[in-house]
Amino acid sequence: MSKARAAIFERLNAVERPVVEVSEREDFSVFAWDKAEKIRRFTERMQAVRAEVHQADRSNWLDKIAEICQQKGLTNLLLSLTTEWGQAISQNAARFPSLKHYERSIEDWKEELFYQADAGLTSTLGGIAETGTLMLWSSPDEPRTLSLVPPIHIAILDTDKLYTTFAEAVQEQGWLEQGLPTNALLISGPSRSADIAQVLAYGVHGPKELVVVLV
Amino acid sequence: MTTEFRIDVKKALGKSEVRAHFRKAMDTLMINRRNQFPDDAALQALRTQAQAIRANVLSKLPELLQQLETNLTKNGVQVHWAETTDEANQIVLAIMQKHGAKSIIKGKSMVSEEMGLNHFLEERGIEALESDLGEFIIQLDGETPSHIIMPAIHKSKEQISTLFHEKFPDIPYTDNVDELTASARRILRDKFYAAPVGLSGVNFAVAETGTLCLVENEGNGRMSTTIPPVHIAVTGIEKVVEKLSDIPPLLSILPRSATGQPITTYFNMISGPRKADEKDGPTEVHLVLLDNGRSRIYSDSELLATLRCIRCGACINHCPVYVRIGGHSYGTVYPGPIGTILEPQKSGLSVHGELIQASSLCGACGEVCPVRIPIPNIINRLRYDSVRKDSENTPTQDAGTKRKPLEAATWQAWSWAASTPSVYNFGGKTATQLRGLVPNNLGAWTSVRSAPKLAEQTLHQQLKALGVDHE
Ligand code: SF4
Repeated sequence: MSKARAAIFERLNAVERPVVEVSEREDFSVFAWDKAEKIRRFTERMQAVRAEVHQADRSNWLDKIAEICQQKGLTNLLLSLTTEWGQAISQNAARFPSLKHYERSIEDWKEELFYQADAGLTSTLGGIAETGTLMLWSSPDEPRTLSLVPPIHIAILDTDKLYTTFAEAVQEQGWLEQGLPTNALLISGPSRSADIAQVLAYGVHGPKELVVVLV
Repeated sequence: MTTEFRIDVKKALGKSEVRAHFRKAMDTLMINRRNQFPDDAALQALRTQAQAIRANVLSKLPELLQQLETNLTKNGVQVHWAETTDEANQIVLAIMQKHGAKSIIKGKSMVSEEMGLNHFLEERGIEALESDLGEFIIQLDGETPSHIIMPAIHKSKEQISTLFHEKFPDIPYTDNVDELTASARRILRDKFYAAPVGLSGVNFAVAETGTLCLVENEGNGRMSTTIPPVHIAVTGIEKVVEKLSDIPPLLSILPRSATGQPITTYFNMISGPRKADEKDGPTEVHLVLLDNGRSRIYSDSELLATLRCIRCGACINHCPVYVRIGGHSYGTVYPGPIGTILEPQKSGLSVHGELIQASSLCGACGEVCPVRIPIPNIINRLRYDSVRKDSENTPTQDAGTKRKPLEAATWQAWSWAASTPSVYNFGGKTATQLRGLVPNNLGAWTSVRSAPKLAEQTLHQQLKALGVDHE
């Protein structure tokens, strides 16, 4: 135990504890929106921050993604080989730009990841309608940098996993019970900044474009 | 009295272009915030909730810090404690030396500003590079932040264009914001690529799960905490919250109060270093918990409210003093109303005590504060601390040092006169009769104002003349 730690705790513990009324703390925010309303709000918020939102379904989502890749002129697409989506795409590799699978530790191919990857494709844990937000949990299959380093991030969102608020999502998905991953992320648009004279600019350090495919 | 603060204020007031710039920026921020809260009842309910969450933390701070430490340690995060900024700097340095690191890349962190970390490391031959676009810009110009969430808000587009051109002569001059941003991206990418250590602040640290939460828009926070093999987070001991379920309400009110965004682009929740089967992320994560006066503030039941702050900057955006004098005039790490109450408490009234005079007590800060810190009351309390007799009854350092015997006696006499009707009425009448004798030159007061003129009759007399018997 460090000396600083002991001294800090000694000072804090010496204080007669303030008694506070904290019952209001438990308020829980949730809305009674149906699925269509959730999709509408999610899309509206995402588009307001210049994210692209595409509608698809189980039968045509592969076409949609192939179309997006073509439209953006991607020469390669980085993705996981093991997720449901990643597998399906990999089985139809001929329809996509050259596929790269995130199989090695970042140290082994950092340069390629940083300077050659055109786009990263990820699944999502779900979405939040109120704020237009994607939820991602890092995993060995889909590492943190997959949604961070390539200039374009393509995310697939299962519309059954759209929640009205973050509070609802945390509760319904049992985040606490599951135990958090090393990195849980909320993403609400492409990287942006208004640090230069309050003028909004996109693509500062994270992806310049965020493309969401609703399935 | 010509102090450094007053000289700086005078200089700042003379720069009408910069003032216009601040006015415009703050107006935009105020409008953006207002648009985020169309329903006042909902806003008030959310403020009540946010206040309750933060007050709850303070009511059990030592227990929660212990829980946080236990859970972080369980998650593989190394926790360090620092009483002073110097200790915190030494901890960061020791970690860097252990890894033989010669540079560090930084996400935005006000606590690292509080520590003076960049300066400390540079003196020891270590490069500390800011990666937040605003911080990057002011670092290029050797400046400090003028706002806690928009550090380069004092700079115009033209100034930034010129600065970029000066510092990076290879890049053609441009005043196109997208191009400037793209240049910064390119320069910093290479730095992220190579950096051995990354540093960040913390917005909330969840005790229940051992999680460090960060809000940001640019992605530099994610880069700083993901790419380098070592991540060091620095924060104040008050930043802990108890439960994961406390996070959604705080995340809901913070960005809306700060920049008027419904949510920031990224909300990054870090619960540990890279696991054995993971392919990226730092292999070491450290958290440095800094006291630097906070536990002293904690000991006073009124001043304690200062520690509820979630550093949103709303009080700054709405402050009529800040908008006129700008952030640098304060001469402190935290400017505006939050700085006005925090800095004198941290460093003592003899260092930054003058700031408590730089307030009109208009109350705007207290009205917008998402955790309802009664900032004007605390300013008043610190003013009282500066002149109080029983300085042993407040934790504020240098309390009572502004107390002047003559002034104290005058106010005591005034209080006696005002509560003794015969004396008060006699005094009032005498004053109106002698009104011609008020000089036109009243020292500091008349240097920027005209001298007050007393009325011919006292208010009591005038009311009586109007036929009011019982005032
Ligand atoms: S004092 Fe309140 S308004 Fe000011 S920065 Fe802190 S939380 Fe925000």
